[in-house]
Amino acid sequence: MIRVQARIEQSTLMKIASPLLAIFLTLIFGSVLFSAIGKDPLQAMQVLLIAPLSDMYNIGEMFVKMGPLLLCAVGLSLCYRANLWNIGAEGQLLMGALGGSTAALAFIDSSSVLALPITLICGVVSGMLWAAIPTYLKLKFNSNLILTTIMFNYIALYLLLWAVHGPLRDPEGYGFPESALFSDITTLPILFDEGRIHLGVIFAIFAAIGAWVLLNKSHIGFQIRVFGEDEPAARYAGFNGKKISWIVMLFAGALAGLAGVAEVTGPIGQLIPSVSPGYGYSAIIVAYLGRLHPLGALLSATFMAVLYMGGDLAQIEIGVPTAVVGMFQGVLLFFLLACDFFIRYRVSFITNNNPIQE
Amino acid sequence: MDAELLSQVLFAAIKTGTPLLLIALGEVICEKSGVLNLGQEGMMLMGAVVGFLAAYSSGSVGLGVIGAIIIGMFMSLIFAFLVLHLGANQVATGLALTIFGTGLSAFVGSGVVGQTVQGFQPLIIPVLSDIPFIGHILFTHDLLVYLSFVLAALVSYVATKTRIGLIIKAVGENPHAANAIGIKVLRVRYCAVMFGGAMAGLSGAYMSLVYTPMWIENMTSGRGWIALALVVFASWRVGRIMLGAYLFGLASIMHLVLQGMGWNISPNLLAMLPYVATVVVMVIISADHFKEKLLAPRSLGKPFDPRQMA
Repeated sequence: MIRVQARIEQSTLMKIASPLLAIFLTLIFGSVLFSAIGKDPLQAMQVLLIAPLSDMYNIGEMFVKMGPLLLCAVGLSLCYRANLWNIGAEGQLLMGALGGSTAALAFIDSSSVLALPITLICGVVSGMLWAAIPTYLKLKFNSNLILTTIMFNYIALYLLLWAVHGPLRDPEGYGFPESALFSDITTLPILFDEGRIHLGVIFAIFAAIGAWVLLNKSHIGFQIRVFGEDEPAARYAGFNGKKISWIVMLFAGALAGLAGVAEVTGPIGQLIPSVSPGYGYSAIIVAYLGRLHPLGALLSATFMAVLYMGGDLAQIEIGVPTAVVGMFQGVLLFFLLACDFFIRYRVSFITNNNPIQE
Repeated sequence: MDAELLSQVLFAAIKTGTPLLLIALGEVICEKSGVLNLGQEGMMLMGAVVGFLAAYSSGSVGLGVIGAIIIGMFMSLIFAFLVLHLGANQVATGLALTIFGTGLSAFVGSGVVGQTVQGFQPLIIPVLSDIPFIGHILFTHDLLVYLSFVLAALVSYVATKTRIGLIIKAVGENPHAANAIGIKVLRVRYCAVMFGGAMAGLSGAYMSLVYTPMWIENMTSGRGWIALALVVFASWRVGRIMLGAYLFGLASIMHLVLQGMGWNISPNLLAMLPYVATVVVMVIISADHFKEKLLAPRSLGKPFDPRQMA
């Protein structure tokens, strides 16, 4: 029979093994699913996971998708560490894109070297502002952060749609809901001759490293961790909970805003209605898969970016709708949460039928 | 505004508020038992797509509704197993359910985007619908709207006047005490979560079979989340949930009303109204921290492990 015991201490091994096990189980689930709809599972997996890494162009595209995922996930990791359920990365990203685009369009005839930095700052500040409102409402009025941040995602989306249909629409764009193309002066530099890897990807990697330093090597980071793990202890130690909340939320908003502005000034080059294919929501899974650790997010964002690429390729090559990616993400998070059971519990199989057990 | 227009507006507010009412009725029972299921949006989308597919392939809207309810219950069962048996974090698992449901519904429904079905037809109740003004607002709807009236009354009755309601409440307020007097806490919670799933599925079917008789990706556009706010707004009381649902319904159709009155505002800005209203309402009700603490089920969101003592 099977015996389940609560562990006295959480298992460190399982903490690392759980995401790997969850990915493995998701792949098995995917193979079964593909067989069920009449596709060759091996070919499907090859297209989803191997093909995105097959040549330099695709690897570059993978990094382009990794950038926004990583930026959002690093911010969310810190929030979740501090027990702040910020689901608003998507809205903060969209506002970053909107704020940055407004600046970039203002600089469209400019040749100032400051144009790009100011554009980026506008994006970052817009993201911070969009995170600041729910934070304020939570701290001042005790409103539920999950629900307000979700609502702000929808509000941001409609603001963006309003802008591309209205004030920011390209007057020479034949009525399409798109802004004018940004000038070269406000476009992020491309790093290599081949592909589209831009400066934003470097920002993302630095953000992950910076967040790791902040979390593990600074007093603030220590306070964040104590708050997340044992709030009464943190209060007893005299840590300022409101200050921690502000720091973490603004940091997350800034990174998500940077992700948004880097998308419009990087690979897209203008403001369009579909700036993000749900990066802000996927980042929740990236953060969890990376164990709420900024460097773990680096690995999980890479994996998720491969999956995004694979989804695009799967649609072209084997005729599977791109939506398969979203479903895999959900399954992955389910398996991860299920595998995390083993961090807290030990399961053993008992073979002898000793009547005096338990 | 003349009486004719007002009656049209209120009629539409009820029609638009019905999916919110249905899903919130399920969620309130779930929360009363102490479980916070943030997966409403995902369950609702699955209900919408499966309901549509079943009705589309069989030609029967009744089968569509049944299919939607079953898939809603199945989705909630995944959540219940993870949360109740494996002790997974309720917030994270609920989010996973929403992400999974959003992705899966888009995947399953990708073949029928843009198709339409013959949805539920209005069922005009004789005599009652002849009452001036109110008759048109209340009694010229379709079958599912009447069903939502009945379900609201039923949920209210069961929650406040019956032994079952008392058991659910006991489990949500103090699971250890409930366990001590022999109530199977996890079994009650399973049932409550699955009732929530069934209602979310039904609500999804309303979207894809009545409201806009077709399937569009993400067609619920945050209604599952608004319903969660609605339950808090109503302080876990069915009567107020009903009122709140219709108020939100009204907020969602304001853009049509204002355009009808000749206002020239961007439809995208007006589409924000229900979300802004949700935030405003949440700020107002949560500002009174003491009251909310008093009214919320006391063990809401907290896991219960019968293996461990209190």
